[in-house]
Amino acid sequence: MEFITAQNISFKYETEENTSEISKNVLDNISFSIKKGEFVAIVGHNGSGKSTIAKHLNAMLVPSLGKVYVDGMDTSDEDMTSLIRRKVGLVLQNPDNQLVASIVEEDVAFGPENLGIDPKEIRKRVDEALKAVDMYEYRLHAPFKLSGGQKQRVAIAGIIAIEPDCIVLDEPTAMLDPKGRKEVLDTIIRLNREKGITVVMVTHFMEEAVLADKVYVIDNGKLLTSGTPYDVFSQVELLKRHRLDVPQATEICYQLRARGVDISKLPLTDDECVKLLLEVFR
Amino acid sequence: MRDVTLGQFFPSKSIIHRVDPRVKILLLITFITLIFCTFNYFSLALVVLAVISIMLLSRVPIKMYLKSLKVIIIVVLITSAINLFSYPSDPVFQWWVIKISVEGINNAVFVAVRIISLILISSVLTFTTSPTDLTDALERLMKPLKVFHVKVHEIAMMMTIALRFVPTLLEETDKIMAAQKSRGADMESGNLITRIKALIPVLVPLFVSAFRRAYDLAVAMECRCYQGGSGRTRMKQLRISKRDVFSIITVCLIIVGVVLCNLLPHIR
Repeated sequence: MEFITAQNISFKYETEENTSEISKNVLDNISFSIKKGEFVAIVGHNGSGKSTIAKHLNAMLVPSLGKVYVDGMDTSDEDMTSLIRRKVGLVLQNPDNQLVASIVEEDVAFGPENLGIDPKEIRKRVDEALKAVDMYEYRLHAPFKLSGGQKQRVAIAGIIAIEPDCIVLDEPTAMLDPKGRKEVLDTIIRLNREKGITVVMVTHFMEEAVLADKVYVIDNGKLLTSGTPYDVFSQVELLKRHRLDVPQATEICYQLRARGVDISKLPLTDDECVKLLLEVFR
Repeated sequence: MRDVTLGQFFPSKSIIHRVDPRVKILLLITFITLIFCTFNYFSLALVVLAVISIMLLSRVPIKMYLKSLKVIIIVVLITSAINLFSYPSDPVFQWWVIKISVEGINNAVFVAVRIISLILISSVLTFTTSPTDLTDALERLMKPLKVFHVKVHEIAMMMTIALRFVPTLLEETDKIMAAQKSRGADMESGNLITRIKALIPVLVPLFVSAFRRAYDLAVAMECRCYQGGSGRTRMKQLRISKRDVFSIITVCLIIVGVVLCNLLPHIR
């Protein structure tokens, strides 16, 4: 079932009147759809418009042209905005800027409190959300004493407590160290696999995109290509032409193939790469 | 990162810590009024005794209380001195232009003891109540002000966010100062004016980043369905317990004690 559908969306920031400069489209005629339970990655350069797409998915931004539907609701319909935000939660890049309260559990409670839920039910949701991101034992800590990865997991718990069907993460690991990045990624994958939450992750790390069911590559506001990670990353030439990376494992084997080594199917992950190279060079 | 003590909260599980923050605030206001309703040495002694007992019950190290007095000691000395010298009639001690009367001594003692008790009892509140509990309690206590269109929820939300961002912005200030120093900015030498001027290259980026953070935070809050105070519930529910009733009764007894002491013969 299609959960989120974007139909030919274009977006440009509104400019001051009487200015001669014509603003460029940040998004240019993009269409895609996301199924329930899917793990989708949106990749692209800085400034390619990928974060703008993320903000379209929960009605933080409304397309200038075209329509975005969330579970059948039009995001440009203001009466639907709050309902859409209950269904689609957005986690931002900088964990420091999205935590509201000075105690972890109170921060996680912020969302459900806004929905006017019964205090006992809030308590239950907060505990469950904190357990889901493996931060339960930190519930009484102050956020500023946590590491980046822990803060980002608290931010994710804050969204889960609203019980959305879909979580959109806008470069959730960009400001984290490798350890924090792994913590957050593991959490996201677990939420997708175990709780069946639809995940849309915006990222510029190709290694992260490999984990998704489907990858959309955005370049210069346009949809460059899309498909399964394998479909996308086998188009090494196309990606390189647009100065985009491929995962390291793919890159190595691509270079080897270019130098005459017999490799038919390019690997995506390090493990696959090791296995493949062992076979080839046996 | 520098050591950030948010407010002056001293975590512990003493009986004073566990009293409902709303009750604590109201009792503090009552107590402060009471301090200024002591008209003779008996009632003053009773109040001092009560303050000391509450301090001991709070299980906060006395050192911390003394620290909070350190700031105010000059004010205490000056006001006492003014009181001491401003009753020239009937002097018991006279030297050059200085005349000290019994009345002057009495007034000086009263002013000093009152200010010190005031500071100590207020410190009990800030030492035993976490900043979040305080803002929470203030929001609930100020609720009746909504009748006068006071934006109670907004004020409380602002306080909560301010508290949350104090450590973040302090950290940021440290980073910016380090960055500016590494570019040769001199922050430690020169007179006051040059030093203040040296702060400008720190303040400008700090403000820019604070605004950026504010924008991000606003987006994050909207993403979490924030729509202002109406229709909002709270996870933490405050309930008046036996402990709170007990502390209210205790303070009432102290009030009665002070009133009775005030009726005793005037020996000041």
